[in-house]
Amino acid sequence: MSKSDLVLRAKKVRKEYGLTVALNDVDFDLVRGKVTTLFGENGAGKSTLMKILAGIERPTSGSLELDGKDISFDSPTEARANGISIIHQELSLAPNLTVRDNMFLGSEIRSLGSRVNYAAENEKVREIMKRLQHDIGPDEIVGDLRLGQQQIVEIARALASDARILIMDEPTSALSNVEIEILFTVIEDLKAHGVSIVYISHHLEEALHVADYIYVLRDSNMIATDEAKNVDLPGIVRMMIGRDGAGSTAIDQKTDQVVLELKNLTIADPANPARLAVDNFNLKVHAGEVVCLYGQMGAGRTELLETIAGRLSQISGQILLNGVDIATLSINSRIKAGVALVPEDRQRDGLVQLMTVGHNIALSSVGDFVKKFIMRTSPEVASIEQKIKDVRVKTSSHKSLITSLSGGNQQKVVIGKVLLTNPKAIILDEPTRGIDVGAKAEIFQLLSEQAKSGLAVLFATSEISEAMASANRIIVLSKGHVTAEMDPKKVSQSDVMAAADEKTSKLRIGAGA
Amino acid sequence: MSNQVSKSTKNIFDGFTFGKLLTEGRAFIALAVIIVVFASLSPNYLNLSNVIVMTRHVGLNALLAIGMLLVILTAGIDLSVGSTVGLSGVLAGFMLMQGIQIPGTQTVLYPSVWVIVVLCLGAGALVGLLNGVLITRFKVAPFITTLGTLYVVRGTALLIAKGETFNDMTGKPELGNTGFHVLGLGKFLGLPTGVWVMIVVALVTALLLTKTVFGRWLYALGGNERAAELSGVPIKRVKIWVYTLSGICAAATGLIIASELTAGAPQTGQSYELNAIAAVVIGGAALSGGRGHIRGTLLGAFVIGFLGDGLVIVGVSSFWQMVIQGAVIILAVALDEAQQGSKKKQKLAKVAAEK
Repeated sequence: MSKSDLVLRAKKVRKEYGLTVALNDVDFDLVRGKVTTLFGENGAGKSTLMKILAGIERPTSGSLELDGKDISFDSPTEARANGISIIHQELSLAPNLTVRDNMFLGSEIRSLGSRVNYAAENEKVREIMKRLQHDIGPDEIVGDLRLGQQQIVEIARALASDARILIMDEPTSALSNVEIEILFTVIEDLKAHGVSIVYISHHLEEALHVADYIYVLRDSNMIATDEAKNVDLPGIVRMMIGRDGAGSTAIDQKTDQVVLELKNLTIADPANPARLAVDNFNLKVHAGEVVCLYGQMGAGRTELLETIAGRLSQISGQILLNGVDIATLSINSRIKAGVALVPEDRQRDGLVQLMTVGHNIALSSVGDFVKKFIMRTSPEVASIEQKIKDVRVKTSSHKSLITSLSGGNQQKVVIGKVLLTNPKAIILDEPTRGIDVGAKAEIFQLLSEQAKSGLAVLFATSEISEAMASANRIIVLSKGHVTAEMDPKKVSQSDVMAAADEKTSKLRIGAGA
Repeated sequence: MSNQVSKSTKNIFDGFTFGKLLTEGRAFIALAVIIVVFASLSPNYLNLSNVIVMTRHVGLNALLAIGMLLVILTAGIDLSVGSTVGLSGVLAGFMLMQGIQIPGTQTVLYPSVWVIVVLCLGAGALVGLLNGVLITRFKVAPFITTLGTLYVVRGTALLIAKGETFNDMTGKPELGNTGFHVLGLGKFLGLPTGVWVMIVVALVTALLLTKTVFGRWLYALGGNERAAELSGVPIKRVKIWVYTLSGICAAATGLIIASELTAGAPQTGQSYELNAIAAVVIGGAALSGGRGHIRGTLLGAFVIGFLGDGLVIVGVSSFWQMVIQGAVIILAVALDEAQQGSKKKQKLAKVAAEK
């Protein structure tokens, strides 16, 4: 590639958050009219790099060069004025406004004075929607649209700003296969118009398919860059995870006793009821077994686990705990029956931030300490202190505020709370999200110990190394379907990742589902 | 030796030291300032009889505020309590003066006073139950629900009383329904019945909040509803109970007022809900839920009551009274916010120092 083809260059870009290095002197070049795909595991630094390019974050050191000239952005608006637009992973639309108002928010087309020229805006919306082959009118309220349609609006907004550089961070996570195909034609069309695209997706096959150039990030470092035609999927997976990860350390202590059994479980997507989040799912978890549910974002992991816990309700199917169907019970009764969830987002769903460590641990089992309507403090404190010891929470006292603990210790508190209810099966959603490496190992050690004493453990993760190292069995979930069931001792990481990435979506979309 | 002594005192006053009271209790400081200021302005202010009169006024607001505290702890609000005060008084008057006619017959029942009390409290509970059901089952926001019932209940009270006041609610010996005045005008050990009701309700509620599962659930629910739900807290049941208890407190207040005046007026209790909210907020509770206690709420009620009566005694015009009361509410809460902020900073500094 000649130098004049480079639209945007990031040189030795570094980003630190406190003591953590999110990007370690990374170089990144973007070629005019081409798609550049950025690969990397969760937390590798992809989103951070994109935020720097889009002016949302400022690098700690390093420089950006646009069309050969040094440049720095103080705000997303400034980046947009220079032709750089970002389509966010999380939708950032105002649901109460119309499609048109969202698309031109902050860059309204004005006629004389400060009046908004709605006619011109409407015309442009129709033109862009035609290009995207979608029938979404300018006056439709965004909140009334399906999630997939909202994502189209998000893309349309980026197109409306006449971007020369378009960053797509997980643009397809809510799109159907048909919609993805349309998006790819739009991308081809944009390339022909000289627009450069940065593409990020958890669906590796799809991401490699659209790519002209690839970059791989691993642990905040840029590991490799190449033309897409020179690499294949297994090669990219190897670069992402770094050689072969550690082998399984999980001990086989499985018994023959089935504790948790899911039969033909079908669950609607809570964000889009016409879509199925999980389709006809079957699973048996035995006492002493640690089962991992591996899948990418949107695979249906969270929906499945929340249905088992009772927060969501299934369309059909059974949830058997020791042979008894608990699928119609309340959350409270399910906890009493012996199944409890450690949720994915512990700040939002796991902890009461205003309470002490002890009160958080006791929250699910306070009823056990009551005698004649009054709660007895000494047995409660004794149980709490025992659990603090069991799960190895580092805290000066059970009376400390929960917010004074580190993320890993907070997570141990949530696990302690669940264990205090004497569960028969424990389910965990991304149990190591946002906690440091040491605490991660400790948490899986803990789960293994609990399994040894007869607990059935089911956890969901999107981190392949975790799935390989900690589970006795891996169930691979992709778009609501089981695509493989594997023994981590007998397969490689890339096998598992490839299974999760398979385009097997047979989910029926629409009212007929 | 001295070390041991200090240790044991610390245990006795665990969580309730004088220093803590000073630094944490903005309501306490406000109350102290109010007492000092008015005592110096008027020699009659700290008269025993005046203090008792003021405490009786405080008791009414405190009773409402205790119910309101329970609601606010769940991050809700109950605007209907003032109307329930009116309804309760009117119902008592109606049953005392006109009796209950058995449908289809000429028989009129005159229930005795204790039955009237129970029925009025039941009516308050029903209003609260209605609030709770609307909020939990029909997912109407607490503010809207209780704003609606504020009007509905006030209208019902006016309908029952046909817009008039039931006067002279003493009952007749031949009907066996005398004695209603005891609630408001009776005294026990020199204190009015209303004050005793406040003390008992405060103690029971404090016990409920600190020593029962229900109390723990309440704080958890207010602190993080999603986490509480996933931890097995029956959030709908807890919320329905909270509004029901608030309704009962309001009905009790209405009975005491009607008894004091021996009259049940349908307009009684207008804007009382705002005084109750003010007391709870001055007492350190957060409208966002999960934070607050009975001790603070009582102090808050005393601040409002002692300030209001003080202003009257000193002879401040009623227009200025409103201005000053409003300013005190804002000042008390602003001080607390500033103090919470500095606490957070201290904690951050501590965490940073450990790293």
